[in-house]
This record gives sequence, structure tokens and C-alpha cells, in this order.
Amino acid sequence: MTTEAPAAPPEKSPEKKEKEESFLGLFVHNLWSANTVTVTILSIFLALLIGAVLIVISDANVLSTFSYFTARPSDALTASWDLISQAYADLFKGAIFDPAAVQAWFNGSGDWKTALNPLSETLTYAAPLVFTGLSVALAFRGGLFNIGGQGQAVIGCITAGVAGFAIGLPAGLHLIVALAAGLIGGALWGFLPGLLKARTGAHEVITTIMLNYTATLFLGWLILQNGVQDPDRTDAISKTVDSSAVLPALPAPLRVHLGIVLAVIVTAAVAWLINRSSFGFELRAVGVNPPAAKTAGMSVARTYTMLMVVAGGLAGLGGAVQVLGTADKLTGQVAGNIGFDGLLVALLGRNKPWGTLFAAILYGALRAGGNLMQVDVGVSLELVTVLQALIVIFIAAPALVKTIFQLRDARTARLGTSMAKGW
Amino acid sequence: MANDHIDITVEPGEVHALLGENGAGKSTLMNQLYGLLQPDEGEILVDGQKKIFRSPRDAISAGIGMVHQHFMLVPVFTVAENIALGAEETRGGPLGWLDRRRNRRDVLETSKRYGLPVDPDALVENLPVGAQQRVEIVKALTRDVDLLILDEPTAVLTPQETDELLAVMRSLAETGKSIVFITHKLREVKAIADRITVIRRGRTVGTASPDTSEDELAALMVGRDVSLEVTKTPADPGREVLKVSGLIVDDERGVRAVDGVDLEVRSGEVLGIAGVQGNGQTELVEAIMGLRAARAGKIELEDADLAGRSTKQVLRAGVGYIPEDRSLDGVIKDFTVAENLVLDLYDRAPFGNGFALNPKAIDDSARERVSQFDIRTSSAQSTVGTLSGGNQQKVVVAREMSRPLKLLIASQPTRGVDVGSIEFIHNQIIHERDVGTAVLVVSSELDEVVGLADRIAVMYRGRILATVSPDMPREEIGLLMAGIVSSGEEEEDSK
Repeated sequence: MTTEAPAAPPEKSPEKKEKEESFLGLFVHNLWSANTVTVTILSIFLALLIGAVLIVISDANVLSTFSYFTARPSDALTASWDLISQAYADLFKGAIFDPAAVQAWFNGSGDWKTALNPLSETLTYAAPLVFTGLSVALAFRGGLFNIGGQGQAVIGCITAGVAGFAIGLPAGLHLIVALAAGLIGGALWGFLPGLLKARTGAHEVITTIMLNYTATLFLGWLILQNGVQDPDRTDAISKTVDSSAVLPALPAPLRVHLGIVLAVIVTAAVAWLINRSSFGFELRAVGVNPPAAKTAGMSVARTYTMLMVVAGGLAGLGGAVQVLGTADKLTGQVAGNIGFDGLLVALLGRNKPWGTLFAAILYGALRAGGNLMQVDVGVSLELVTVLQALIVIFIAAPALVKTIFQLRDARTARLGTSMAKGW
Repeated sequence: MANDHIDITVEPGEVHALLGENGAGKSTLMNQLYGLLQPDEGEILVDGQKKIFRSPRDAISAGIGMVHQHFMLVPVFTVAENIALGAEETRGGPLGWLDRRRNRRDVLETSKRYGLPVDPDALVENLPVGAQQRVEIVKALTRDVDLLILDEPTAVLTPQETDELLAVMRSLAETGKSIVFITHKLREVKAIADRITVIRRGRTVGTASPDTSEDELAALMVGRDVSLEVTKTPADPGREVLKVSGLIVDDERGVRAVDGVDLEVRSGEVLGIAGVQGNGQTELVEAIMGLRAARAGKIELEDADLAGRSTKQVLRAGVGYIPEDRSLDGVIKDFTVAENLVLDLYDRAPFGNGFALNPKAIDDSARERVSQFDIRTSSAQSTVGTLSGGNQQKVVVAREMSRPLKLLIASQPTRGVDVGSIEFIHNQIIHERDVGTAVLVVSSELDEVVGLADRIAVMYRGRILATVSPDMPREEIGLLMAGIVSSGEEEEDSK
């Protein structure tokens, strides 16, 4: 018959004792674990470290001091330190504030514009990236890889720019119409791959990449056409956007414009959309488990289509902000790289709306600071691209950062480790 | 912690049953024996000698073989190739030619010695599940094992195949092999085991002999008294709610899965569909739910034609649906319990207005249903993935039974669910019947169908072979499930 086995000896493993630790201990414990914030900060730190090595290697003068390193190591070390510290100081001064300029402003010898210029530059670069980043992040939450942010932004540039110079409307209304044109243009460019995905199953990565080329080449053709090309120019440049359609900015030389305010509002709207709306519920459900969403009665195809329309609209709005805020006319490179940078911004922001906003500002800061670094110490602007890439690489490989710094396991690993995994 | 100081001893020539609920730690324990996991503490002795298994290779060389619940076979390889895989006979050193002839001979020899008929030249993908399992066993035996671990081997078998397997286990034990038989099915344990070890929450809670009653074993497994019988009053069938006629459905490969099914379910009765998995039950249910297009035939819900309706329309017409694959179709593991409870009604008042969600209404309703359906979770805001299988299933049941229903379709309602929750879910299904809902239960567990159903339709190769009473002897239903109609002839192959 049944015999109840003697209960296992009640030896508890010592790990239970940890609960007794103080609140501070617990806080420090969590701080030094592989949570997203710690990993992000350490990734930036690692990227700056590797960047420092690159700065030294790329400078011929400093490198020459290393040829007699064994004889007089102090030369090489001092020279390296000077260069690195100056470069990174410039990065900071160019991106956030220059202590000298701020001091001058307080003394009355300088003006507030010079003091605020670095921040203005950072936010100017960041504004369009917020939109393209949100576009990618939103699509990803619904399980789609929107690689088409670039194409959608280019179309947004075109529709917003054309609306900006081709129709005459009173100030204010004209701006709203131009922004809406950018939004709709991008939305249409997102609708195409969304519809193809929903109807035929065509993979959105392929179709959006193809539409990126289509959009860029269309832009190149369009700006040479009569009615679009600037009549006073022979090169590929369009007419200038009417002043009634330009995003209001702070007085020159500051370039920051209303676009960044719009970006914050749109970030809040996207956050609401994802977490608090019916559509957000659908897209999150479809994003993590399409069969379950389908079984519960949701239409996966309709969600994919809608999602790409909204994501395309966001990227289009990013293009509009670029044209109406910073560029004021269409050129072949008007959209720069904002669509592709949006991918990295979303990755850095872990596909969360507010995270994306901060990631975009970080990207803008690196770009603004990089300009000064290039002018001042002659470190190439490409180093900034390398830094951005390194940060993203470390973020995408949290296990690497975790090993390097011997971080503890995070309590919860939510939302997948990173979106780079799915590729 | 999945295993907490477990002691288990297996004697030569013994069939040792390891009994426990899902998640009790049975598989974890066996994976340590097979070298797939390393224990943090404790030791493994084989023939009195301490062994450390870093990989299955170590375990095999110590004479331990394992047949996994999900077969580890290459479908496009022949039986002989599959058996040779990992221990290929070669001529001319390790980089030489494969000696296929010797492999084939070894397979035949082993198969003969232990009375396990396998065709060495058949492709594995063409074999029925029972034969694939024999291949797995022969594969383990060709490695000269003394201890064979069978992890839930009967989950995929028909009653007849199960009987054959039990006979094989008996004869292997007689040749001196030891067998560890992992299961949660009490009937089989009693039929075959020499000794039973019961595991609950990672601990050994007792050993028992096979003459212990099923109720006692269940109580030991769950930790409290449970009723294995579904208690219910005779059905009182009313009007016809679901009527399916001449339904033909193809699966995703274009193969006919449902081949002309007629059935009807009346209000206040449970129609059970019995059958070995893969005989068209899944496709039948998905066609009714609007998840899969039907080729031909009619599906009517109270005289309203359901053909061409979307899943949402079918659900809102008053159909509740418990899908067979809980983790894929039933719940979204990254979502909270509260969110999973409104997966169907998130855009309807009071949970939303089609545009915005109403988090307060969602949370309030979730708290209410968590207590009403006894969902064991730390809070309604926990993600469903952190819940046990039984509690995940209760979330599905709670969601589907919170709407006013005309018809409830429950597919494998208790698969991977602990005994305690099975009782609860069965009672909920019977309760739904008693308030006048028509219920369609699909299950490959014959016990479940017999316990719940008022009428049983046996499905085989896409057709309903017969509709019988649950009082019919199990053996006869089992024969029907294998496609053998009462005259003793096998149903003609329609392909």
C-alpha cells in the first residue's frame, strides 16, 4: 500500500537569506543587473571607449609618439589623453552646452543664442528621427519590420514640400495642410506593402526595401520637372517652401523649430495608441501571437494593413518635418538618412515610444557634437557614425555587455531581448 | 526549483512508473538521468558506481536510453538510417563509407530479438505514430541499453497501440531491461508497473504498488482527494443548435481532412467527438469557427448559415471556443491575465468603445473572474506565461464562458492540465450544458469523451464512423477509433 516517504530534509539553500538585505542593497543589486537602462548606459560607455582607441589610431601625430613608447611612454599617453579628452569635450560642447558660452551669457558678454545653440542643433537633428523611429517601433510592436521608413519619409518630404510651395494658403492653415500632406503621402507609401502583406503574404522587408528605391528615384526625377524645379537654378533643386508653410523656429542662428514639440506630442499619442486603444490592443496581440489573435476573432490582415498605414504616416510626418522645418526645399538628399537611422533609433529605444524619443535625442546629440568635433580637433564626422553603430551593436548583444561587466540576471526579461534577434 | 531532493531506485527487470502531474518535475528528473541537464546536488549511481553525465552520449555509454515524448526522428530518412544516426557503421575508419547493409542487418536483428516489428526500408514520414515509436525504441535498444526511459509514450497512441506498447514493455522487462515509464495516466500505470513513484512539486511524495486504487494514486499525485468521475445528471436535449451537413474541408497541404461530415448538437447535451488525433477533428472545428474555409457543405447555427462568416462574427453569434493548442491559439503569453480575459471583447462595452480601451472595466472584470474561475495567479496583471498550464486553461475557459453562449466548442479542453484543474474544467463544461448550451467536446483522450459526452461520434479519416452511447464498452469505441467497424472489417481506405 501507499507509504508516505519521509519528507526531504528541510535544508533550505542559502539564497533565501538574500531577502533580508536592506532596501539600499536591493537597489544596488538591481542597478548592477542586466536591465535595459544599465545595459544601455554601459553600451554607450563601451562605444566611447572603443571610439577613443579609434580617435588615437586615426591621428597621425599622436600615433607617431607611440613609435618611441618604450623610451618615453609619457609622451604617447599625454598626447592620447589630450586628444581624446578634447574630442569628447567637443562632442559634449557641441551637443549640450559650452560652459564658456554659458558663462559669457551670464556675464553679459555673450548672448543666449550662442549658449543655447548646441541644444538647438541636437533637437533639430533629433526631430525627424523621432518620427521615423516611432514608425519602426510601432510596426515592430505589431510584428512587422518596417524597413521602408526611408521611402515613406522621402514621399512625406515630397508631398509636404510640394504642398508647401505649390498651393497658396494663409499662414497656419498652410502649415497644417503641408504637414497633413506629408502624413498622407507616407501613409499611402506604407499602405502598399501592408496591403501586399495582408493579401498575398509578400514579406514587408522585401517590399519596403524596393519601395525605398522607388521613392528615392522618384524624388530625383520629380525635382527636375517644370513646376517643381526652382526656375532660377539648373541643378536638381526645387522651389522654396512658402514661408506660410514653414514650421516656426527660434530666431536665427538657432535652427530648432516646432517640429520637436510636435515630436513630443506624437510620441505621447503613439504611447496612448499602443497601450490604451483598441487598435493598440489588436496590434500588440497580432505582434506577439497572430494565431491567438485570429482565434479570438481579430483580423490579422486588417491589422497589418492598418499598422503599415499608421507607421508610414509617422515616417511621412518625419519627412514633412525635415522639409518644413530644416531644409525648406527639396533636393535629392533632402531626407538624408532619417529613415534608416529611424531603425537604429527604434532599436536603441527598445521599440517603446518614450525610449525612442530619448534615443532620437541621443542620436541628434551625437550628430550635433560630431560637427564641432570635426571642426575643432579634426576628428572625422564618420567617427560619430561609428559610435552610433557601436552603441547599437552592444545594445543588440546584451549578453556581451552582461559578460563584460559581469552583470546579474535581470528579474524580468520583457518584450524579447532585442528586435535585432528577429532578423 | 524543478527537483528538490528526489530519491529513486530502479531495479533490473522492473517497470518503474514515474507518476506526476504536468510540471511536477518528472521530465526534469529524467533529463538529468539522460545527461540533458546537470543536477545541482546529488548523484547518479549506475550498478553501484557514481556517474556524471555531461551529455546524452555519456548516458548512452552507461546503458541508459530515452524515448522522448516528441520523437527525434528525421522524417525523410528510412527507418534503418534513423536508427543508425549518431552511431553509423562505417568501413575504412571514421571517415569511410557508410555500411548500410550492416546497419540494416543490425536493425532487423534487434527488431526480431525483442519482438518489435519494423521495416528498415520504410520512410519514417510514411509510418503511423505507433510504428514511429517502435523505431525510437529499437533505436535505443541497438545502443545496448539496460535502462530505457519512456517519456509519456502513450500520449499519441490509440488504445490498441497503447496495449501493444504495454506488452512490449512487459517483454523487455522480462529480458532483464529496466524501464522507467513516465506518465500521468493512472489506468496504464496500474496495468503495467511493478513499482510506482509519485512526484509532486519536485518532491517524491510516495511510492506505491500497482494494486493501489486509482483514487488513492490521484490523491497522492494532486495532494488532496479528487473525483475522477464526472458527475452529471442525464441530459435533457432541446432544440437543434448546431447542424453540420456534408462538410468537406482540406488541410493546408490540400489533403482532404474532413470528408463529408454530418452532425448535429442539441441544446442541453454534450456531443463528444472521439478519435485519434489527426483524423480531421482540428479541421472540422476550425471550419465551424470560420478559421478555415470549407470546400463544401453547410454549417448552421440555429438556422443561420455560418458559411463565409468571420471568426469574430461566429464568436459574437454566441459560440464559445476553447482551442486545442492553448499556448498557440488560446492565450497570448506576453499579455496579462486581464488582457487575455478580454481578447474577444476588447472593443465592446464595457471594455472599450471601439476606439479606446477602458482599463478600469477590464481590471474590475478580471479580478471578478479570477476569483470566480479559481485562477491561481499573483494578480490579474501577471503575464499569462507565468501561470501553470491548468491556470492558463482556466483563463481561456473563463473568457469563453463569460459571454452568453448558444454553443460551446471545447477542443482537448484538459490537455496538459493538472488533475485538480481537470475536475474544475469538466464541471464548468457540464454546468454550461445544464443551463441549456449545446456543447461539442473534441478529445483524443477516450476517458474524457466518455466521461463528458451524452453521445459520442467517433471520427476516423475525416468521417464520422458511428455515433454511439457513452455506455458502449471502451474496447468497441477503441476499435472504431482505429477504423474497425463492428463487422470486424477495416474501413476501406478512401485514398
